[in-house]
Amino acid sequence: MSEPTGVIHDIGYQRYTGPRLGRGHVFGALYLHGVRTAFGLGRSAKAKIFPWLVVGIVLMVAASVTAISSQLGEQIITYAQFADAMSWLVIFFVAVAAPELVSRDLRSGVLPLYFSRPLPHADYPLAKLLALVTALFLLLGAPQLLMFLGAAFSAAGMGAVWDELLDLLPGLLYAGLWAVVFASVGLLIASFTGKRAFAAGGIVAVFLMTTPIVGILSVLPSHTANQLSGIASPPTLVQGVGIWTMHDLLITDPDGPGVDLGPFGPLYALAAVALVAGCVALLLARYEKVAAR
Amino acid sequence: MTLIATESLTKVYGGEVTALADLTVAVEPGIVGLVGANGAGKSTLIKLLLGLLTPTHGRIRVLGLDPTTDTAAVRARVGYMPEHDCLPPDLSAAELVTHLGRISGLPRTVARERASEALRHVGLHEERHRPVGGYSTGMKQRVKLAQALVHDPDLLLLDEPTNGLDPAGRDAMLALVQRIGTEFGISVLVCSHLLGEVERICDTLVAIEGGRLLRADHIAAMTSATDMLAVEVSEGTEALAIRLAALDLPVSREGRLLLVPLADQGTYDLILGAVAELDLPLHRLDQRRHRVAELFARRENSHV
Repeated sequence: MSEPTGVIHDIGYQRYTGPRLGRGHVFGALYLHGVRTAFGLGRSAKAKIFPWLVVGIVLMVAASVTAISSQLGEQIITYAQFADAMSWLVIFFVAVAAPELVSRDLRSGVLPLYFSRPLPHADYPLAKLLALVTALFLLLGAPQLLMFLGAAFSAAGMGAVWDELLDLLPGLLYAGLWAVVFASVGLLIASFTGKRAFAAGGIVAVFLMTTPIVGILSVLPSHTANQLSGIASPPTLVQGVGIWTMHDLLITDPDGPGVDLGPFGPLYALAAVALVAGCVALLLARYEKVAAR
Repeated sequence: MTLIATESLTKVYGGEVTALADLTVAVEPGIVGLVGANGAGKSTLIKLLLGLLTPTHGRIRVLGLDPTTDTAAVRARVGYMPEHDCLPPDLSAAELVTHLGRISGLPRTVARERASEALRHVGLHEERHRPVGGYSTGMKQRVKLAQALVHDPDLLLLDEPTNGLDPAGRDAMLALVQRIGTEFGISVLVCSHLLGEVERICDTLVAIEGGRLLRADHIAAMTSATDMLAVEVSEGTEALAIRLAALDLPVSREGRLLLVPLADQGTYDLILGAVAELDLPLHRLDQRRHRVAELFARRENSHV
């Protein structure tokens, strides 16, 4: 006969004397929560539809590219070009994920519950930003990894696999650049409103409305204006940085309608850094204000 | 140890609006009532206690720590329940409280256990797994209290915890707060604009008005000094008043009643003796406990 088990006692309130984790762990918890939120994990089924639709599309494209490439025996699209080709899907993903990450909290008024806890007020926006960057990087990086695995298995030898890997790494870096730029712009816009529809509209608008400016600048008679036109819009800015740093991986057809940066490649890179830094600074300033309310 | 101590605490917003002016107060652990009208500076004081605002002048200490410099250490030991709606409607209470427990630094499994414990203590059981959006106001207030309790703080700051509740809900919430203060061993600062509510449960009362301290004292000290005996006789009220005055009792009249300050048990005997001597029909003789509100009202009148 064993001792009776499973007896429930009301032991009253228990004080907690165990460990309390530091800033790093708290930041990590918030970050992980953010990544899950971006993909609708731990949320209702409705919140999962859109993120996983986008994930499904990019993975399907990557699978088809891999299949076609292995049939033709040649690369039809580079890893870096893949990120470019998916740019619109990335924009839509940001337009849904960024409001989900920050606008929702603004609307429900839950922020006082965060800011009254031992979490420095800069940690909240930074954890959310890092979460969105990670989500976007996964969105662009995972299909590239799929393409790489497909190519590696159909490759002729170790040398060919090595060549593929050397192509993949710049592609992943490029995906990282997309992720950082789009996440900081998107999250900043979303942090200004508690209405998710407004935030989503604002994000798409910024990416959409700046495209015609690039179009106009690129047909101006001034050659310099044409070469600088890409700076006016985040997607073309990112492409500009990509073309400057890894020209051959993005423009595979030398006769095609390539983008001419002239001598301004470094300026594109500088503009991208300034854009990200500016967005992060504004985001932090925004949350400093929100925290004191 | 002093729970909360402020010294000439002043907070001026934007150089013009003075929310708190020269507030000096020290309170001991226990249930503390912070009363004042809307705009008296209660919420500003809470934000200063949490280190969300920095004082314009003066010093503030919570649990012996300075919230402006030791912000993280203070917040780790303090739980805060805001006045307004602060619950995301699509999360369940269990998920929300667990998540906030982790933000307070609890390890993952501990956060989950303590979240369901905290929800159980505030009276939410199976419903804790449903989305908060479908909860009643009373249940939402309980979730707000549970999230302030999840990391086992030493001090709870409750901003208008009975806001929006019906009378039964108010009583239940006040009973819960009292239980936390006595059985759980957690000090509580309850903010309210309703004096009658907090005076029922608190040990210490701090009253502020227009950012200034009106009075801070133990509730016992505030009420015991002014307990009165009300005497009513069917006839001969005048004669009794003269008789009692002759016995050196400071008697005052209030309608058909005679009011005598209750000095000790002997006061009863003196009154009963006087009534018996005059052979008057005694209608009633009872102790009238003065409400704290009357104290403040009288005080304000004397100021004017």
